[in-house]
Amino acid sequence: MSDVVETPVLHVSRDQLIETVAGLRDEGYVSALDVTAVDYLEHPGRTDLPPELEPERFELVVTLISHTTPGRIRLRVQVPADDPTVPTLFDLFPGTEALEREVADMYGIVFEGHPDPTRILMPPDWEGHPLRKDFAVGRIPVQFKATR
Amino acid sequence: MSAPETTVETATDEAVRRREDSAVLRIGEDDGERLEAESNASDTSMIMNMGPQHPSTHGVLRLMLEMEGETVMRSKPVIGYLHTGMEKTAETLTYLQGPTNVTRMDYAAPLFSELAFSMATEALLGLELPPRATWIRMLMCELNRISSHLLFQATNGMDIGAVSMMLYGWREREEALRLLETITGLRMNHNYIRPGGVAADLPDGWRDEVLTLIDALPARLKEFDTLLTGQPIYRERLQGVGVINTAECLALGVTGPILRSTGYAWDLRRDMPYLAYDEVDFDVVVGTYGDCFDRYAIRLNEIRESIRILAQILDQMPSGDYRVQDKKVTPPPRARIDESMEALIHHFKIFTEGFKVPAGEVYAAVESPRGELGCYMVSDGSAVPYRMHIRGPSFVNLQTLPHLMRGGMVADAVAIISSVDPIMGEVDR
Repeated sequence: MSDVVETPVLHVSRDQLIETVAGLRDEGYVSALDVTAVDYLEHPGRTDLPPELEPERFELVVTLISHTTPGRIRLRVQVPADDPTVPTLFDLFPGTEALEREVADMYGIVFEGHPDPTRILMPPDWEGHPLRKDFAVGRIPVQFKATR
Repeated sequence: MSAPETTVETATDEAVRRREDSAVLRIGEDDGERLEAESNASDTSMIMNMGPQHPSTHGVLRLMLEMEGETVMRSKPVIGYLHTGMEKTAETLTYLQGPTNVTRMDYAAPLFSELAFSMATEALLGLELPPRATWIRMLMCELNRISSHLLFQATNGMDIGAVSMMLYGWREREEALRLLETITGLRMNHNYIRPGGVAADLPDGWRDEVLTLIDALPARLKEFDTLLTGQPIYRERLQGVGVINTAECLALGVTGPILRSTGYAWDLRRDMPYLAYDEVDFDVVVGTYGDCFDRYAIRLNEIRESIRILAQILDQMPSGDYRVQDKKVTPPPRARIDESMEALIHHFKIFTEGFKVPAGEVYAAVESPRGELGCYMVSDGSAVPYRMHIRGPSFVNLQTLPHLMRGGMVADAVAIISSVDPIMGEVDR
């Protein structure tokens, strides 16, 4: 484990996300590096959550970086499948705009208050969210307008 | 227009203003035509599409520009034309096949994606690499950084109109690639850095070849200086164009040469060292004004720093194994397969079934020529990653485009795209 410094992990609920990130920003976490998500549909035996936490299907993963004392921190947010909404981090870190659009595109997680909730990688008329575990690889027919 | 002096802007006001008074044109991909049709005669702005098939967009980047005469007002980068679902593909490939996938993301600096992927896998496995493997990785990455920055010099010159620069930049890059080919067998998409070490030991005579390259390069870089750095037309095109400051860069999550061009010294190699970067001596190059010229000069000087690092690697390259001697992840040597049935079975199993990686999640990051390249990996204990996400620096850096272009001329847009140096394979993945 010489090369990879272990990143401290914080589990936060959706309601506390904005508050926590704002607090971390004031503590010196100057930049939001990454926003991504994981679909835990086919991973029922996961054990890395604290026992008091209710595991949900989706998990939002936010990575922040501090430069004054070099280090990253990772926030993990449980997002239920029947209500996949999270507040946007755009007002705190405008750089999350494209990253959140990608998560919305790939997982169908809705970011409340996002300024531009359009698809980013897939065509605007695409059906489904490709990185979800129940989205099969190599689906036919091709969904582009011109080939229909 | 004067602002009322008595009002103090609150945090909410600022948030509202950021949304409304923005450089980003937030409309859908198909809405440009509709808005054009609906606009009335008094509206002098028009929406213009640039790309996706345009030589200066470095691949397939499309820009929607809101133009007021020849001035760019708001704009939006439209991406996804090269999206091939590589993160989805990664969920079907074993950890040994993974590097062949990620290496195709940033095709100008493929070794960095391989490195981030391998570091993440090794962290999950808890592997400690032999020193020679670490130093070989460093050698390869610095060679790759040189070839990537040379590619930038070539394309940047051509975008600005210095077409002969394309020939010089390409010639030098080809020499760096030839060296990479000698070592890895391929010019690009090497699949050389793998979980557990590197694919093969350095070939005989590698030292002389690296020496030849780093001896020849400084003189060539001087030629670049003559051709571009001191040239008035070139400077005129770049200086004061596409200016960004440190606060904006940090807010947008920007890393790499763009962040450093604002005078902010942040380089993962120095500030959060990985491999053996804490054992070599080099300087972090920073700019002053955060304009296109600074970004050009930083990349040029980073080649010089990489040459410095390479010279130290030549002196300090340790001997020993080039991959970890852990039977679980390392196939037996080729010669053993001819004489031992067990070795053959072992080899077969590693390459068909792969090896199991303990459950867990990890984020590993390296300083690629474009900024922080991170790999977030989740394992469920099987032989394929449950989730593999690459945080591509180009993807995040692309968000600076609307801010850099706002209020500039459309001709400057070309210089600005070039100075951000996006690689669309990494943006779209």
